[in-house]
Amino acid sequence: MEIYSRRDRSMKAWFASGDPWVWLQAGAIGISITAVLGVLLLIAVQGLSHFWPHPVERIEYLEGENVTKVFGMLVERDQISRQQYLESSGITSDLPEGVDIVTRRLIKTANRRSNPPDFRWVFEHRIQHTSEPPDVLVLERLEWGNAYGTPQALSVNGRFTEAITGERLMVALAQELRHIEALRQQIETLQREQIQPLLLKQERLRENLRATDSADLSRTGVQEQLVEVQRAYQAFNLQITNLEREIAQERLALQDPQGRVQYEPLSGIIRAWQPNQFSTLDKVLHFAGNLLGFVLDDPREANTEGGVFPAIFGTVLMVLIMALIVTPFGVIAAIYLHEYAHQGVLVKTVRVAVNNLAGVPSIVYGVFGLGFFVYFLGGSIDALFFQDALPAPTFGTPGLIWASLTLALLTVPIVIVSTEEGLSRIPRNLREGSMALGATKAETLFKVILPMASPAILTGVILAVSRAAGEVAPLMLVGVVKLAPTLAIDGNFPYLHLERKFMHLGFHIYDVGFQSPNVEAARPLVYATALLLITIIVGLNLTAISLRNRLERYYRGLGA
Amino acid sequence: MLSISENQPETSESSAVTPECSLRVKDLNLAYGDNQALHNINLDILKYNVTAFIGPSGCGKSTLLRCFNRMNDLIEKVSITGQILFDDADILAPSIDVAMLRKRIGMVFQQPNPFPKSIYENVAYGLRIHGERSKSVLDGRVEWALRNAALWDEVKDRLGDGALSLSGGQQQRLVIARAIAIEPSVLLLDEPASALDPISTLKIEELINQLKDQYTIIIVTHNMQQAARVSDHTAFLYLGELIEFSDTDSIFRNPQKQQTEDYITGRYG
Repeated sequence: MEIYSRRDRSMKAWFASGDPWVWLQAGAIGISITAVLGVLLLIAVQGLSHFWPHPVERIEYLEGENVTKVFGMLVERDQISRQQYLESSGITSDLPEGVDIVTRRLIKTANRRSNPPDFRWVFEHRIQHTSEPPDVLVLERLEWGNAYGTPQALSVNGRFTEAITGERLMVALAQELRHIEALRQQIETLQREQIQPLLLKQERLRENLRATDSADLSRTGVQEQLVEVQRAYQAFNLQITNLEREIAQERLALQDPQGRVQYEPLSGIIRAWQPNQFSTLDKVLHFAGNLLGFVLDDPREANTEGGVFPAIFGTVLMVLIMALIVTPFGVIAAIYLHEYAHQGVLVKTVRVAVNNLAGVPSIVYGVFGLGFFVYFLGGSIDALFFQDALPAPTFGTPGLIWASLTLALLTVPIVIVSTEEGLSRIPRNLREGSMALGATKAETLFKVILPMASPAILTGVILAVSRAAGEVAPLMLVGVVKLAPTLAIDGNFPYLHLERKFMHLGFHIYDVGFQSPNVEAARPLVYATALLLITIIVGLNLTAISLRNRLERYYRGLGA
Repeated sequence: MLSISENQPETSESSAVTPECSLRVKDLNLAYGDNQALHNINLDILKYNVTAFIGPSGCGKSTLLRCFNRMNDLIEKVSITGQILFDDADILAPSIDVAMLRKRIGMVFQQPNPFPKSIYENVAYGLRIHGERSKSVLDGRVEWALRNAALWDEVKDRLGDGALSLSGGQQQRLVIARAIAIEPSVLLLDEPASALDPISTLKIEELINQLKDQYTIIIVTHNMQQAARVSDHTAFLYLGELIEFSDTDSIFRNPQKQQTEDYITGRYG
């Protein structure tokens, strides 16, 4: 055979060489990576730009015959056809001939209460004048979203004074806001440290009264205590009322572009800033502050404002509890299936069934969780241990523990499969080596095999966590709510309240995106929350993966 | 439950004087399902001697070896008849405490199989399994075992390192150290040098020569020169039958059976 012959350049030889397959594979991987990165980029850009302090413009535009003046922040710009323009505005007469594409802007005009709506589409050709007045003030309010306006005057002890203007007005405003924040903290401390314990005590005393019958002599003592508690409660309540009055008295006069003045109570203001005076550094700091607030604050106004901290907390806690439940269950089941069970038809059937469990739609698990865990198990627990509270359910209602259990059930096949995989990868001669030294099967299992299989077990847990953290449908039936009043962990005994309902990022996305009364305000939050959810899942996974890699290195005998 | 008394291996030189029987195999038959692997084996293993099992692949020599510490228990569908007497007790009896038996009869496998733990923990493993907790006792036994396995000088400064970082020959000596750390009286070696290079093989053979003062050693080997070098007695097995068994010199110089002669002269196998 002539091995130095010229290369065969036919199509057949090209296919035989394998090159086309390599190209195909490279192409497939390229498309996949582009798709994933594209999605991430879209979510990141859409989500993060919401937190950037864009300038607020003063815009004058024609609405019909009238000129409307607003303060507005550009949200997005897009183009529509002449036909669409006609359909949306009813006229085309103001368009020059031959213009087929119309540009419009979505601007956020805020002031939802005084001048709704707070988001408007404005056609660019109708805009007559725009400017960036430096003194425009943005107020983040507890209610009614943001307010835009030029600050006019600040009240002192309830009376407006003309003495403070310009720069000094802003300084005074910032000072006053800090003062109010301090007062608010005081109220919160009072409520947490004085009022709440008193309420608990009152509750206990009342229960005491109910339990004893009227002839009991100790009753009078209890009743006296109750009166005492109520007196103390009223005293603290008065303190709080006074503080609230102090907070409520100061106001800020804010003028809108039309010249109308709104009086904003300072108690309703969270933050105030003048975006048009921001330097780049200010903007970055403001952006970081917004981001931090989003992660750490509680949501406000039907989840369209504020942060998502309770949802982050709920997601992570639920996933951790699930991992704590699913790991031992999955591992023990896998050990039995792989090490102890006689490998017959029955075990094969069980294995097939377990694998198929992973394919059951998750909503089915939700229904099962509701029926079995919540109503049956929870109801039984209530009947046994929380009889006093009935008919109000304690555990017999959707809650954190039931959601965790449902998801544990959903993910247990994953852990079983990967643990079995890990067990079967342990070389037989290691088992024999251990047994030959006089170790029993159980000793061999615990001292040699399970440590070596631990990376595989962790892989299973990683997969289970990823699956569980992204699951929403079953949770809606077994414990997730739109707004949970309290976190599942707090300072009151027993600190971890497994029966409480909780918030979840996945459900939060659904709720904000599709159930929100204010679509435009909520849309960036959907992206931001999605980005956060991805970040958290990736973070949980990276933690577990690094743990697994460390174990793998260790068991490869390199580390010690 | 029959108890196996814990005779410590004596460090006497009595082996040369009165060869005492350590293991006595009587009418041993073994089948994997329908497949008869050993036929009527009768064999006496002498104390403080090296006995080699030779024979072509699949002749049952490893299977026979694994009977001595009941390793065949791990395989399903094995049926065994006959007796193996060890200290007058039949180790094939169901009432035998297998873990205890394996403490008395240690085994080293063809592939070095150290656990993915440190060198120290590998040697201490068996001791810990058998209830030794004291750190000073463990330290002493680990050093003793590693010295006896001729590995101490190579690893004494890195006992905490992973056992898998050792070379193949070192790993095999580590496994031997692990086996002798729990002071068995019999050592079963299943082709201990077949995965090793010539120099490591030599070291293992030297080690076997040293160890036979304290242990009864049974070695399965493919390598006839090795059998000739290290063993005092040799058993030739073929197709599950014990063809010939006598002292090594006579087997190699003056085989009684035609099959034995054919095998050791390399005509088949």
